[in-house]
Amino acid sequence: MTWIAQNLWLIPVLPLAASGVIAVNKQRQHKLAATLAIGSMVLAFLLSLCAFSATLIHHGESGVFREVAGFNWLQFGGQWLQLGWVLDPLTAIMLVMVSFVSLLIFIFSVGYMAHDENFTRFFCFMSLFAAAMLGVVIANNLLLFFVCWEIVGLTSYLLIGFWYHKPSAAAAAKKAFITTRIGDLGLLLGMVWLYAETGTLNFYADGHGCLESSALTAMVTHMTAAGMAVSTAIGLLIFLGAVGKSGQLPLHVWLPDAMEGPTPVSALIHAATMVAAGVFLVARVYPLMSAHPEGAAAETAALQVVTWVGALTAIFAASVAVAQTDIKRILAYSTVSQLGYMMLGLGVGGVAVGMFHLITHAFFKALLFLGSGSVIHGCHEEQDVRKMGGLKKFMPVTFATYAIGMLALAGFPLFFSGFWSKDEILHAAHGWPVSHIPFFLGCAGALLTAFYMTRQVALVFFGEYRSSGRQSAHSSSKTDKHEKSAPTHVGGYDGKGEPHESPAVMIVPLVILAVFAILLGFVGTPAWPWFDGFLNGEPAGFNFSKLTESGTLGLMLASAGFVFTGLGLGWWLYGKRQRKTAEEPDVLQVAQPAVFRLLENKYFVDEIYDATGVRFNAWAAQACDFLDRWIWGGVVMLVTWVTLGLSSLYRFTDEFVVDLGFDTGCETLREGGGEMSRWQNGRVQTYLRVIGVALVVLVLFLIWGRKT
Amino acid sequence: MTPLQGCLLVSALLFAIGLAGAVTRRNAILALIGIELMLNAANLNFIAFWRYGAHPEALSGMMVVIFSIAIAAAEAAVGLALIIAIYRHYKTTNLDQINSMKG
Amino acid sequence: MSLPFIIIAVVTLFAAAAAMILRNLVHCALSLVVALAGLAALYLTLGAQFVGFAQILVYVGAVAILIVFAVLLTRSDATPNQTILAPGWAIGIVISAVVFATLGWAALNSTGLPKGTPPAPVATVKNIGDVLMTQYVLPLEVIGLLLTAALIGAVIIAMKEESPNSGSSRRQSAPSEKLERTDPALRDCYDAKEGGRV
Repeated sequence: MTWIAQNLWLIPVLPLAASGVIAVNKQRQHKLAATLAIGSMVLAFLLSLCAFSATLIHHGESGVFREVAGFNWLQFGGQWLQLGWVLDPLTAIMLVMVSFVSLLIFIFSVGYMAHDENFTRFFCFMSLFAAAMLGVVIANNLLLFFVCWEIVGLTSYLLIGFWYHKPSAAAAAKKAFITTRIGDLGLLLGMVWLYAETGTLNFYADGHGCLESSALTAMVTHMTAAGMAVSTAIGLLIFLGAVGKSGQLPLHVWLPDAMEGPTPVSALIHAATMVAAGVFLVARVYPLMSAHPEGAAAETAALQVVTWVGALTAIFAASVAVAQTDIKRILAYSTVSQLGYMMLGLGVGGVAVGMFHLITHAFFKALLFLGSGSVIHGCHEEQDVRKMGGLKKFMPVTFATYAIGMLALAGFPLFFSGFWSKDEILHAAHGWPVSHIPFFLGCAGALLTAFYMTRQVALVFFGEYRSSGRQSAHSSSKTDKHEKSAPTHVGGYDGKGEPHESPAVMIVPLVILAVFAILLGFVGTPAWPWFDGFLNGEPAGFNFSKLTESGTLGLMLASAGFVFTGLGLGWWLYGKRQRKTAEEPDVLQVAQPAVFRLLENKYFVDEIYDATGVRFNAWAAQACDFLDRWIWGGVVMLVTWVTLGLSSLYRFTDEFVVDLGFDTGCETLREGGGEMSRWQNGRVQTYLRVIGVALVVLVLFLIWGRKT
Repeated sequence: MTPLQGCLLVSALLFAIGLAGAVTRRNAILALIGIELMLNAANLNFIAFWRYGAHPEALSGMMVVIFSIAIAAAEAAVGLALIIAIYRHYKTTNLDQINSMKG
Repeated sequence: MSLPFIIIAVVTLFAAAAAMILRNLVHCALSLVVALAGLAALYLTLGAQFVGFAQILVYVGAVAILIVFAVLLTRSDATPNQTILAPGWAIGIVISAVVFATLGWAALNSTGLPKGTPPAPVATVKNIGDVLMTQYVLPLEVIGLLLTAALIGAVIIAMKEESPNSGSSRRQSAPSEKLERTDPALRDCYDAKEGGRV
């Protein structure tokens, strides 16, 4: 057992402690808060590097390197509920990615949030989020995973609603929270079922974990309803959690709205890490997903579902992104689309394929989001791409890094990480035995990705600056919704002058991320599939000839073709013929108004949900209200009335029958007493008179007694 | 009418006069005098019954009267002392103004 | 019914009535003396000489004097034309009349009364003394005790009430003396003396 595996818990606990300390400190101590948060992240990053190097050292020894540690937490009857953590290549690579990206985004936030009055609160939440995310990554136990997962959801809620004074932000936070809860319900059910089936929630425990062969065999052979293996059913339930968190197709609606949060939040949570948690969950329980009676396979029912959901999400979100005008919304839909790619990769190609795209995507999407944050910051909180333009000359560094991120996302061949990871996914999809449709969907998505990114960059950085001095008054109703930025954190000055380059504290993380967005691709090329081998515990050979194999080369050429087509189309439509004013209709809108409207309104998914789910919910609530008010309430009222009537009867009997005699007697006694008391008036002579009368009576009595 | 009845009638009348005085007069001293008269009426009865009774030699009636006179003396002394005390307290001897003798 | 008895009885009754009716308290007391003396005379006619003399000694001598003293001690300067009758006096008269009627009717109609007049019994002082010291010795002692108690009780009741604030006022006087010592005028005087000496 290595030292770092034993003390892996330190990595999430450090930011957690930082978060707690920040929470109890005064709100004005900005420097302390930032120092604590960044310091804890630096330490966590260093520890993550230790963990990563430990896995590197042991890489190549018999199978996948994996060390687990844990402790007993709660006792239920005779069983102990264990919590624990695991160190394996998957954990290590995620740890490094999460802590590194978090660190960079923290640094960026120092500049971006510098003028926000809730600076400390922001860092408190961010640290808490980082802690929870790292906890998700190291968890060796579905329960611990779930706990951290829910904390992640909570911090997501808190950070989306960070500017809660904006109604749209509050609503978005609520929407995100509730939507992800739908998925989490599936995860919870899957977890409970898993516990019922295997008696443990530990992933790996020397052959007794629920992801190890003995438990998997039992679950595969055990059939449940509709001829489905238990493993499939549990896998699908868990996948539901991933769908919610990663914004996959039915539950993707929250992710674009989540862009109401501060841009670093969007970068950290809704691009790089949290939404990747769903993908990571599928990767973590991949043995369960791929469990098949004849050994692990890529075409189990659960993985087919993952594949289809991923492919559909990829194409769907990419098409929506084409028609958006908010810079962050374009990136948000791009994120949804890329998460679909990851799911697709997991479904068709296994853990390594999906995770490779996750890692590369984390870097270049964080880069893009931070770049968009820099743009927004420089343009005085303007988020509408139609009102930007020509920023190339105002913000050269931002432009350069943004262009790198854009090319990586678009999958520009050979030099950018996105190309290699996406190519690997497409390659795996091409080889999927079940169907070729996901492959074609993926190719179309790649084309659209290149297209909308080109459109965005062309609109933002090229042409002329379109909104100088008149942006606030003439906002169209469409953008109004997304434009109510926080008034308090305008960088440095309030004037609406020229766009400006962002400070160094924001630029440096961009540059670092840009470097990684380029370099990371080379660890997973077909010629040197180190990443694949690292995750699967196989040594990776260096083989250039694989690049030129017919299938691989053809696919690479094909995907490069799609990418170039997309880039060219985008440039032709948006780059060459720059729009002159912000109000000018989109080129596509002129060409295909109906399609554009459909895309602009995100296929009306929100409206459909409003019309179906929300309306049904409201209707059900009304029905319940009716039942409650009239049926159950009626019964209750009936009982009440009967009780009231009975008690009135009792009261009547009591008052007019039982009490009457008693009261009369009492009254008589009382009056008699009052009458008697009048005799005792304190006057001696009255007493004497009474004595006289008594004497008479006595004498008469004596005489009477004598006579009879 | 036998002498005994005569005595009894005189005694009864004396008693009634004493009672009437004690009951009707406002002055506490007069009430005390009335009571003295009633006591003496009783004494007269004792003497009469002693004189005309069956066994005058036993002297029982006379003994009772002697004790009664002694008690009456004590009663008069205490009563008058009370009246003086009351007078000091209330600055009056009018019985209708002294009405605190109740619960 | 001998004539002297009737005369004495009438006088006694008139005197008693006068004692109850008269307005002046001193007159009442004097009428009472007459009534009591009449009663003593009645005792004598009935052959109870000792009781008769005791009556004169105790009542006419002691009680009457006591009453006169009480009258003097409680003399109030109430308005003289104030009514002498207590409220509800009519009821008292009626009750008294009923009492007299009842008693008289009982005396007249009683069948158990001894009819004859027995020979006058011998009731010498020696006999009475014998009976008192033998048969009635215990009641005699009790009467003695009662008289003592009544004597002490009467003295205590009639003793002058000590006013409740007399003691406390004496206690309060102490600080005032202290104050006097620090009185500025006195001090000035003292200083003047000192100055004079210097």
